[in-house]
Amino acid sequence: MKHVITALVQNKPGVLAHVAGMFSARGFNIDSLVVGRTENADLSRMTIVVIGDDRTVEQVRKQLGKLINVVRVRDFQDIEFVERDLMLVRVAVTPQRRAEIVELANTFRGKVVDVAKQSLTVELSGPEDKLEAFIELVRPYGIRELARTGVIAMQRGDQNSARAAAPAGSQTQ
Amino acid sequence: MTKKTQTSPKTRTAAKTRAKAKPKAKAKPPRRKAPTRYAGMTGAQVFHEMLLAEGVETVFGIPGGVLLPIFDVLYDTPMQFVLTRHEQGAAHMADGYARSTGKVGVCLATSGPGATNLVTGLATAHMDSVPIVAVTGQVVSSLIGNDAFQEADTTGITRPVTKHNVLVRRAEDLGRAIREAFHIARTGRPGPVLVDIAKDATMAVLDREPDLAIDLPGYRPTATGHMRQIRAAAAAINAAERPVLYVGGGVIIAEASDALRAVAAKGRIPVTTTLTAMGAFDETSPLALQMLGMHGAAAANYAVQGCDCLIAVGARFDDRVTGKIETFAPHAKIIHVDIDPASISKNVVVDIPVVGDARDIMEKMLPLIKARRRSAWAEQIAKWKARFPLRYGGGGKVKPQHVIETLGRLTDHGAIVATGVGQHQMWAAQFYGWRRPRQFVTSGGLGTMGFGLPAAIGAQFGHPGQTVVDIDGDGSFAMTMTELFTAVRYDQPVKVVVMDNDYLGMVRQWQEMFYGRRYSASEHPCPDLVMLAESLGAKGMRVTESSEVPDAVAEMLRAEGPVVLAAAIDPEENVFPMVAAGKSLDEMDMGRLV
Repeated sequence: MKHVITALVQNKPGVLAHVAGMFSARGFNIDSLVVGRTENADLSRMTIVVIGDDRTVEQVRKQLGKLINVVRVRDFQDIEFVERDLMLVRVAVTPQRRAEIVELANTFRGKVVDVAKQSLTVELSGPEDKLEAFIELVRPYGIRELARTGVIAMQRGDQNSARAAAPAGSQTQ
Repeated sequence: MTKKTQTSPKTRTAAKTRAKAKPKAKAKPPRRKAPTRYAGMTGAQVFHEMLLAEGVETVFGIPGGVLLPIFDVLYDTPMQFVLTRHEQGAAHMADGYARSTGKVGVCLATSGPGATNLVTGLATAHMDSVPIVAVTGQVVSSLIGNDAFQEADTTGITRPVTKHNVLVRRAEDLGRAIREAFHIARTGRPGPVLVDIAKDATMAVLDREPDLAIDLPGYRPTATGHMRQIRAAAAAINAAERPVLYVGGGVIIAEASDALRAVAAKGRIPVTTTLTAMGAFDETSPLALQMLGMHGAAAANYAVQGCDCLIAVGARFDDRVTGKIETFAPHAKIIHVDIDPASISKNVVVDIPVVGDARDIMEKMLPLIKARRRSAWAEQIAKWKARFPLRYGGGGKVKPQHVIETLGRLTDHGAIVATGVGQHQMWAAQFYGWRRPRQFVTSGGLGTMGFGLPAAIGAQFGHPGQTVVDIDGDGSFAMTMTELFTAVRYDQPVKVVVMDNDYLGMVRQWQEMFYGRRYSASEHPCPDLVMLAESLGAKGMRVTESSEVPDAVAEMLRAEGPVVLAAAIDPEENVFPMVAAGKSLDEMDMGRLV
């Protein structure tokens, strides 16, 4: 099962190595891991998509919390949240059939960001399944190149994802 | 008879002379006042002040190029610096010091090979939650990443074997990094913390006051137990007819032995201890079940398999303890008290978790525990104990168990005992007769052969005047025996008993039992340990007859300096009971004696 976990981490050298190393040492599977800045210059947010059963993901959450530079951990299970993945995809297409891709991109609320003689590049963002659907539709044309950012996520409503989260290292019993 | 040394007096004198060619241990100077200003000091001086402020008295290590600024400061230090022969020795000494005293052990190594040599020691401490601050030198910051001379990615290499590590590139960050390292090492679930310091950070002079305040927003270990969980645990215990306390090293770390004893006595709850918890519960108590697990006492394993409530305290359900996990404690409601939330439900699904300090939780639980006799359970346990005591055979050959029992008796079960890893370690756990916490120093989780001698030396530094014994195997001893010279040089009178069977004994035992006696690479001819000891300036002794064991052990304990007693033990003696890997705890091989 797919879980989205977000961790606020100190913005210090080596933090990513601590997190990535813990995942590999304990044999957890990461689907994607995104690190970026937050509203606070001292903190970065990692959004990690993990595949595993509930018990594995519980261990992931706890082991993340044990890392000294991880400030807060939140598992988005059972709460409403917004997730977004950003993709650039270059589709092989002749000038005659360009319109088909442009139409598809419009349907998905994507943007054409580059046009070349034999290809066309589309920017698309949204939840993962929306991106997957688009990929399947353009696959018959030929996908020359594809890049995705991985998922970032945020809780819906007024509450901050980080504020609501239990402090790292503490136990919710 | 007990053979004395045959080495020529000349050799011995030469070794002694070399050993004495060292300034004697300094008399303890009066405690210095902490400076009020750090501006104007070099990074190395700030580093030194921070160690003093943390109360460090002893540092183990080896100098090297990038550490020269630090060692220049250590030239006049009131701390004792112990020059070891190998950095692994330094790490294990810091470990033995920490486990036996409860203080943070400190070790120091240079960049590159110095740091990589620490790795085994750090991993050992990490697995058993031992507080160590390891400091390594790093090449100057402008060269980091350039494959400079003696450069290694020390924080990268040690990340998975430390609780935390950090690279310090600037002098102004050094003081805070050291303070944070001590704080992290000794609080929560303790562990080794490594601080890697670029050489230029130790040389630079601070032009203004550094910020020394600990800044760890992500580190808030849970200390106090949740009352609701404690009440739930107490209710489950009160309702149980056949409860067992399964106690791990966390009880020793948390100084929770007194609280544990009180809880056990009030509810008449039998107690079994893991390898790292030997001594947490006095084995003379009728409630003591001794060790459980792969080589545990039969009564302990039967009690765990038969109990209706298992109270794990500061233990982590290691595979050597549980045997086949699916059939472990099959009838029990499981309560787990641990300071590390990640330990809970990691291996075994727990019914009632209680996160926090073991002592705090046991003390809060005590008034909630109903005084009960539980006589049927006590009777059953007494039967198991009578039917299957730990025992061994007789005969002319020296039995290792006999040596260890004798040692226990002659030290009044009060010595600090370190071990290597293997058969001798299991025999030590089974037969010494444990009485108090922090007297058994052994590598449980990582199983580090070679741990015993340096750990014993470290423990001796922490306990001047007390009897410290290393019960070792000839395989383990060979791995770090070079540190014997450290003991000689610093007048640390550790007593080393080497169970000499010319085998890597535990490997041989498994080959005998599971590989048709095909002794592949387990034959391990031992050198003449008497000559070896004498050449390093220690006393060497040998015992070859069972009848000579008491006299030999007594003579060893009487001797003033470090002694190596080589015990020529029955070479194919095995450790029993034994639960084969993958079997349930109650499927024990009792050996030939039952």
